[in-house]
Amino acid sequence: MSARWRELFGLIPVSLLVTAGFTSVLLTRSSSADLENPVTLTYGAFFLGCCLFGHLFIRARLPDADPYLFPLAALLAAFGLVVQYRIAEDFAREQATWFVIGLALFCATILFLRDLRVLERYRYTIAAAGIVLLLLPRVPGIGAQANGAYLAIKLGPIQFQPAEFAKLAVVVFLASYLGDTRDVLVQGRFPRLSLRRFGPLIVIWGAAMVLLVFIRDLGSSLMFFGGFLALLYVATARLSFVAAGGAMFFGGALFFARTVTHVQERFTIWLDPFDRKVVEDEGYQIAQSLFAQADGGLFGQGFGRALFELPTGQIILPAAHTDLVYALIVNELGLFGATGLLVAYLLFVARGMKAAMLAGEGFSKLLAAGLTAVFAIQVFVIVGGVTRVIPLTGVTLPFVSYGGSSILANFVLLALLLIVSDHARRDRLATPGGLV
Amino acid sequence: MNRQVKHLFGLVVVLFALLVAFTSNWTVFTAQSLEDNSANRRPLLEQQLVPRGLIRARDGTVLAESDGSGRGERRRYKRSYPQGTLFSHAVGYSFLELGRAGIEQSRNDELTGAADSVESFIDELLGRTAEGDDLLTALDPKGQRAAIQALGGQRGSIVAIEPETGRIRVMVSVPAFDPNEIPDRFRELNADEDSPLFNRATQGRYPPGSTMKVVTAAAALDSGRFTPGSVVDGASNKRIGGVPLQNFGNQDYGPISLTEALTNSVNTVWGQVAQRLGKEEYYDYMERFGFNVEPPMDYPQNQLTPSGVYGPRGRLLDEDDPVDIGRVAIGQERLQVTPLQMATVAATVANEGSRMEPRLGERVVARDGRLEERVRTAEAAQVMSRDAANQLKAMMAQVVKEGSGTQAALEGVPVAGKTGTAEVDGGASNQAWFIGFAPLDDPRMAVAVTVERTSGQGGTVAAPIAKKVLQALLSGRRG
Repeated sequence: MSARWRELFGLIPVSLLVTAGFTSVLLTRSSSADLENPVTLTYGAFFLGCCLFGHLFIRARLPDADPYLFPLAALLAAFGLVVQYRIAEDFAREQATWFVIGLALFCATILFLRDLRVLERYRYTIAAAGIVLLLLPRVPGIGAQANGAYLAIKLGPIQFQPAEFAKLAVVVFLASYLGDTRDVLVQGRFPRLSLRRFGPLIVIWGAAMVLLVFIRDLGSSLMFFGGFLALLYVATARLSFVAAGGAMFFGGALFFARTVTHVQERFTIWLDPFDRKVVEDEGYQIAQSLFAQADGGLFGQGFGRALFELPTGQIILPAAHTDLVYALIVNELGLFGATGLLVAYLLFVARGMKAAMLAGEGFSKLLAAGLTAVFAIQVFVIVGGVTRVIPLTGVTLPFVSYGGSSILANFVLLALLLIVSDHARRDRLATPGGLV
Repeated sequence: MNRQVKHLFGLVVVLFALLVAFTSNWTVFTAQSLEDNSANRRPLLEQQLVPRGLIRARDGTVLAESDGSGRGERRRYKRSYPQGTLFSHAVGYSFLELGRAGIEQSRNDELTGAADSVESFIDELLGRTAEGDDLLTALDPKGQRAAIQALGGQRGSIVAIEPETGRIRVMVSVPAFDPNEIPDRFRELNADEDSPLFNRATQGRYPPGSTMKVVTAAAALDSGRFTPGSVVDGASNKRIGGVPLQNFGNQDYGPISLTEALTNSVNTVWGQVAQRLGKEEYYDYMERFGFNVEPPMDYPQNQLTPSGVYGPRGRLLDEDDPVDIGRVAIGQERLQVTPLQMATVAATVANEGSRMEPRLGERVVARDGRLEERVRTAEAAQVMSRDAANQLKAMMAQVVKEGSGTQAALEGVPVAGKTGTAEVDGGASNQAWFIGFAPLDDPRMAVAVTVERTSGQGGTVAAPIAKKVLQALLSGRRG
């Protein structure tokens, strides 16, 4: 069976998930006004239509691309759509709208980026754009602070999280830079510490630290620096570099944890969220997250069944549609459902890594590995924050969290991975020995 | 570079495994402690979503019900108590902000339907709303009403127990409260110096006075060292525990039998009897009757108080402590008892020496009428031999026939009992008691009545109340 047919069949579980999810949520609400409003069901049908269109587009433009990446992304998006629908109808409608825009961006990326080398050519421009994006939230007037971190900008009614796009820019730059300089970096058995060779790397470390101070967010700093270390390792195979980089990052993070009040606060809450002084205040989010998960147990309360809204109309789980969406999923689908979601992410990561392995040496391999690594780290940072593995920070859960920037950026990420994969697999198919 | 990519993927697998491990921790391994965390309001909020079962009296009268308000997802239930103050302490209350008390607390799992986990799981799968089971109690509204009326507003407590089963038919504590007012008036009620929230029946610690002589007599007869006819010197001012002890009115009785000594409530006789039995043996009998531990009852632990000799800082004194056992035997010293304990003493004698565990619940019934669980009755201890119990019954019958308890006598139904009068407030007022049971030959009801701070005696204040309660409880069962 050809790759594209496998992709199409891969969409079957997605449609089942959407149908089952929407039905379940709707049935739970059967007593309220929602039943008289079956129009909400069309969001699901609309979403499936989009998926089919995406498939047809890939069939036309990237016929040899990995067959599993798109259905896996669709599965995650479907998951997100159902969860948003469960929280509020409006969220689902807006999320579905973002999917359409995201899909358009996805198609545009594939149409206009036929040759990835274009990205290499503009790598410094892209890097600069990335840094500007990251610093935008600190610009007075448009920057917005949330929970002490500067992660969003506001332009009129539209809120935008530039870090989501900056992560793409940073990976593109690093993949291109390391693709060129990796030979220099590893040359000789005992590489001399020269400023010329390591200068740019130290600059990147410095940038991560500045990021930590400026946007005051441990999560996104971790995401960027983790992606950097992952790429450094893939490019140079030197664990010593990674160890040194990691140590420098933790050293820096520790220093800021002690000096920057906001970061320090996050650490204290992380260590003891149930302390009476913080549990109703700064620790409220993480405490409620853990309570929601405990309420979920092995199998969860069922979609749409968990205690969510109080009689007063208040919502018991704060930020359930964004930061704490994983806690809501555990609450409703239990350990089993949440593990299923993580497995879906892991499969996506596996396919991304596979694309990297099939890709030719150099830029495209590093690009695929880097994008996949950043994607995986992002999942780890937010799910780890919600489950108290690490301090909770405001990063979105890719394809599931509510939010336009996140969806758009991840659709571009998906497009880039598919382009790499398409080229790589076409080359492999053309050579004797074929596809592994 | 592919090797590194593989390594990288390996690292991602490890990190994701860590996420699954932490999720498992919160959902499974530490879920219980998270649910119990005081900052977690979910369990309370969730219980609002489920209608609690009804609590009924044994004749079907609804004592507690859940009223729903709101529609669909917003539907919430709130407790109401149609009988108001009548059963306040026995039934207790259950409210979101103030927690629970009484049977509402001790039978919470059944009332919320949490007891049958398999069934609620199936309910969940079938999409049915979970419901609590109904609880049928042993409480008798007619007896309860008669008891409250007989007490006539005096502070005190009445407990009536079915001797054969240990089922509690009446549990009165005055002053009472209206559970419907708990949400609005809790602070006020809690601060009230008459302590209306306090259940005198199970928590009140009172000096038992001469009712304790029933325990002493049981020990004497069952030990085999005394018979009802044993003769002991009933002179007043006998040295007991090294200090002279007086009889009531400083009366000298001379050598008299134990039966006469119980009928006339002769302090010196029972003081001597206990001294001869010794502290260890006497303590042994107290413990058989259930003293020194919380009663094994289906009622919240924090609303049950053990009876016994209380030392400094509320410590229960045991047989190794310096305790004047001769005075404990007549209800003095630092002995403090609950009305429930004394009702249990009477019920044990009535049930031929077999002490039953007290029970408020009788049956748990599902909403569709299916019997879910019959609350099992259980013997707590065989306190004394059947013979000793029967001898003691006869002795107690004499008390009502011609002794201090004549005012408890019922027409046509022989009653057995014992009065008690303990001086409180340095002799300024009395704690009046009557414990007893009826009918003598086939006891169907045992009762303990106590009245706080009265000027009268057990025989004049408590005995007539016991009479009315027994009358109400027994008449309902005739025919």
